[in-house]
Amino acid sequence: MDLSLSDEQKQLQEGVERFVREKYTFENRKKIAASERGWLPENWAQFAELGWLAIPFSEEDGGIGFGPIGTMIVMEQFGKGLVLEPFLPTVVLGGGMIAAAGTAAQKEALLAPMIEGKKQFALAWLERQSRYNLADVSLKATKEGNGWSLSGQKGVVYNAASADDIIVLARTAGSAREEKGLTLFVVDGKAKGITRRDYPTQDAQRASEITFDKVSVGADAVLGTVDGGFPVVEDAVDRAIVALCAEATGCMDAINAATLDYIKTRKQFGVAIGKFQVLQHRMVDCFTNAQEARSMTLMASLKIEDKDAIVRHKAASGAKVQIGKSGKFCGQSAVQMHGGMGVTDELSVSHYFKRLTMIDLMFGNQQHHLTRYSNLAIAA
Amino acid sequence: MDLAFTPEEQKFAAEVRAFVKANLPADVRDKVKHGKHLGRDDYMRWQQALGKKGWLVYTWPVKHGGPGFTPAQRYLFENICAEEYAPGIIPFGSKMVGPVIYTFGTEEQKQTYLPAIRASTVWWCQGYSEPGSGSDLASLRTKAEKEGDHYIVNGSKTWNTMGHWADWIFCLVRTDSKGKPQEGISFLLIDMKTPGITVKPIIMADGGHEVNEVFFDNVKVPIANLVGKENEGWTCAKFLLANERLGIAAVPQSKRGVEALKDIARAEQDNGKPLIENQAFAEKIADLEIQVTALEFTELRVLSTMAHGGQPGPEVSGLKIRGSEIQQRITELTMEAVGEYAAPYLPGLLWQGTNEAPVGPEYAHLAAPRYFNTRKTTIYGGSNEIQKGIISKMVLGL
Amino acid sequence: MDLALKPEHKAFADEVRAFARENLSPATREKTFSGKHYDKADHVVWQQALGKKGWLTYTWPKKFGGPGWDVTQRFLFENVLAEEGAPRIIPFGVKMVGPVIYTFGTDEQKERFLPGIRSSEVAWCQGYSEPGAGSDLASLRTRAVRDGDHYIVNGQKTWTSFAHWGDWIFCLVRTNPDVKPQEGISFLLIDMKTPGVTVRPIIMLDGAHHVNDVFLDNVKVPVANRIGAENEGWTCAKFLLANERLGIAEVPASKRGVRSLRELNDDPALAEKIADVDLQVQALEMSELRALSAMAMGGQPGPEVSTLKVRGSEIQQRIAELAMEAVGEYAAPYQPGMLFHDTNETPVGPDHAPPAAPRYFNMRKTSIYGGSTEVQKNIVSKAILGL
Repeated sequence: MDLSLSDEQKQLQEGVERFVREKYTFENRKKIAASERGWLPENWAQFAELGWLAIPFSEEDGGIGFGPIGTMIVMEQFGKGLVLEPFLPTVVLGGGMIAAAGTAAQKEALLAPMIEGKKQFALAWLERQSRYNLADVSLKATKEGNGWSLSGQKGVVYNAASADDIIVLARTAGSAREEKGLTLFVVDGKAKGITRRDYPTQDAQRASEITFDKVSVGADAVLGTVDGGFPVVEDAVDRAIVALCAEATGCMDAINAATLDYIKTRKQFGVAIGKFQVLQHRMVDCFTNAQEARSMTLMASLKIEDKDAIVRHKAASGAKVQIGKSGKFCGQSAVQMHGGMGVTDELSVSHYFKRLTMIDLMFGNQQHHLTRYSNLAIAA
Repeated sequence: MDLAFTPEEQKFAAEVRAFVKANLPADVRDKVKHGKHLGRDDYMRWQQALGKKGWLVYTWPVKHGGPGFTPAQRYLFENICAEEYAPGIIPFGSKMVGPVIYTFGTEEQKQTYLPAIRASTVWWCQGYSEPGSGSDLASLRTKAEKEGDHYIVNGSKTWNTMGHWADWIFCLVRTDSKGKPQEGISFLLIDMKTPGITVKPIIMADGGHEVNEVFFDNVKVPIANLVGKENEGWTCAKFLLANERLGIAAVPQSKRGVEALKDIARAEQDNGKPLIENQAFAEKIADLEIQVTALEFTELRVLSTMAHGGQPGPEVSGLKIRGSEIQQRITELTMEAVGEYAAPYLPGLLWQGTNEAPVGPEYAHLAAPRYFNTRKTTIYGGSNEIQKGIISKMVLGL
Repeated sequence: MDLALKPEHKAFADEVRAFARENLSPATREKTFSGKHYDKADHVVWQQALGKKGWLTYTWPKKFGGPGWDVTQRFLFENVLAEEGAPRIIPFGVKMVGPVIYTFGTDEQKERFLPGIRSSEVAWCQGYSEPGAGSDLASLRTRAVRDGDHYIVNGQKTWTSFAHWGDWIFCLVRTNPDVKPQEGISFLLIDMKTPGVTVRPIIMLDGAHHVNDVFLDNVKVPVANRIGAENEGWTCAKFLLANERLGIAEVPASKRGVRSLRELNDDPALAEKIADVDLQVQALEMSELRALSAMAMGGQPGPEVSTLKVRGSEIQQRIAELAMEAVGEYAAPYQPGMLFHDTNETPVGPDHAPPAAPRYFNMRKTSIYGGSTEVQKNIVSKAILGL
């Protein structure tokens, strides 16, 4: 048992930290958020060059084999700067599913160029009625000659506008909310029959509503097995959850640091407001919350590739519960302690708060994962 | 980074488990398992068995007779003992006064006191708090005046845990009342049999007797019993506090507590089904288990840092706060699980070991007393308000 | 003691409801229920209708043009209007500067300013906070220097709600810097059209523009616009604060919020959370009724009303939080068109989704403004608990 970073891992951490410090000042981030794609191609090219897009993948898949700990290191630093480049949908979700379930040909055609920075992905699973149930999918894929025809709608698909390929979770058999009968398809983002409505999200990411109208794909578009897509997507989402948790710990560190600095310098009644005990104790609670978030993220990163599926799911859900709780506490407290400044667009604190809030509701909020954990570990 | 234990660590774990199974008396194990109160002899039998093996002082350096456990071994040892229902080690000797003596004591003091602590043949207790100085410890007023080779000690200590079982007490006393309060305090070891010492029980909210007031009336203590320099006892006090923080979170005990809670929730009925199948209640346990996991991994992070030669960082300070809150939450949910059967008060069963038949299930009568009693954990050892004050000053620089 | 309504009160409630249905525009009403932002016209049209009826200044004494209602009528009026989806009355004229003027103003000032407030023809805003003076209001530094018949005002106010809609602003300014902070403050009314007044928007975290910085650069204000004696403005400020605290708990709006929540989602875990906040609202309402009842018996609201503000703001925040939780991932799309402009854009996700997250973000202000929760608790601990 050893929970400390190796020298290589430390180097990676320092590298990402430097990138964030140099490229993601608050003012710079505003510009990046307002840019055409909502992220910068030059940054993405830099990620590819530095090998960051290869981090979680095994060497035989063309990666550098850092696994989930590597993802954790990157995402935590990204969280500190509220980085907007679509690492999560492309590398963690898209790349992760292709590495886990793709054929050699798919890895060659999709994963290799992704690692080189030439392809981006999006995962389309959510539908209007799905809420947080990954199996609540009604978009239909029907056989059409050798291939398939996809019709239906998907919602809040992050990075869809920039994605070269959209990975779509579709129903090929079974009834509503059944886990069996779901299949993953890799669909060209520009395929005929796809219409998108693009929009920004509360926290300056980009997402889309997508309509699939008889979109034709070949048999080779199936990722994994027909009717067997659910476990692939479930594991990918669990990995994405852990990555989000790491991002959230970075956000919490940053928002706590900003708040601590603010209460040390802001004066009212002739003293720095950090001299008031009520704020001191609240600040300590923020600090403790961030520690717990870091601990649970580490736990989940270490267990997310366990052989036992229950261990993996429990780890992801347990961490997500903690992040929801800690993120809300740190976010709300930071705003409160900043007073009026905390609710303006002008300081970074409200932007961290918004990101933490959105992280809680991505892939299931605190309540959802508490129920899931409970069903897996307590009531079972 | 790796969570898995090495083959040597696994071998060690097996050895610990075998030892506990062979040496923990069955009646003691049973009492711990069912949350009953333990007597002096119960603790002593177990601690002396550990002492013989050299494991009682498992946190001590090798040169003072510790076993030299690595952080991983230490983690395994604590967890396996808890899993096997061993009683918690009473900290006053092995975790508190022992390290103070081997750090600040003279060679002679080390030879006099350490062997009996290692073997658990002497029972120690702590004389810190006084009626007028709780959170503000440095305001203590128990006086020690020099008279030839002795100090004459007068005053009283309170919240003294298990002093009625103790052979010796370590005390903070005032040897100088000029200057800043912290600067006139000394650290004294006092034999409880010395004339002039009276122990008066304090009965707790759950009806139990575990703490006392201790009165000192012209108690004669040899100067040789002074640890460290006169008026520098505050240094020992601070050292002891820092030494105590790790492990104070009682994570292994809380893990065991959560498992016991699950057992009760499986046994209790709710609308014709086991209570554990009640979604809302199961989610409360889930939430608690997640809190325990977070605490455990915070502790593991600290241990890992230490294994690489680092010092425990500021994250340690939060351990006591969260640990104590979690212990309270376990007892609160256990009482909730029991429902109205938490109401019957059965002191005979609780304290006197009578053969009275329990009202309701056997675990039920313990639920409320434990809940009441555990409110102390956020108060003692520096209340959580004091802990937050320390963190805000030392860690956050506020 | 009796919770039941007398027949005449029932008739009164019906009258208020009928009035609201007749006078509240459907578009405004729709904005209330969907959580969208109002524009200036929504407020003005509604408040002027109330003004015509004589109900806008429903808390004022009869002799200044109030309707002379008892506390039950006030309670019913507020609740019925909330149920009917009326926007809340903007407080700066009616609930803030109006009472200050009729309490401390000269007869001439009353004649000059009260009619415009009663009819809502003049929009007021409040110039209290400054960049360096938030919770510690008395440390304000905006200077007013006497120059013949005028004051020359220089300084900056911040967090000024609706200054961009305001015709007039009431300000606390420093007229004597050489005494204790509270003793050198005066209460001035300033026409926003006076040269030297500049308004700069502050954009909130949800993208909304409600509040502003107001810069005062050599602004000439007639001495006749000062309320009360020079350097005694703090008396007006304290009076206003006490007057304002009651009602700031926003209980009727929270009751409406709970009702809307119930319609959103039937998830059992969420239902329990809604039940929990529902009970909190009920407790708060009873506390407010107890305070009103004491006032009806001739008592004054005590410092315990500070707790109403604390709990009221927490409840408003909780309702917004649960509304967002109910929406799930569809809270993520950011749709400013839907929120601020009356575009015909169809919402992404359900109709109630677009305002959910912005509202949650925006409601964080409620525990900060009007005296933060921390300040309110200090008031309670000092004034009630004697700590």
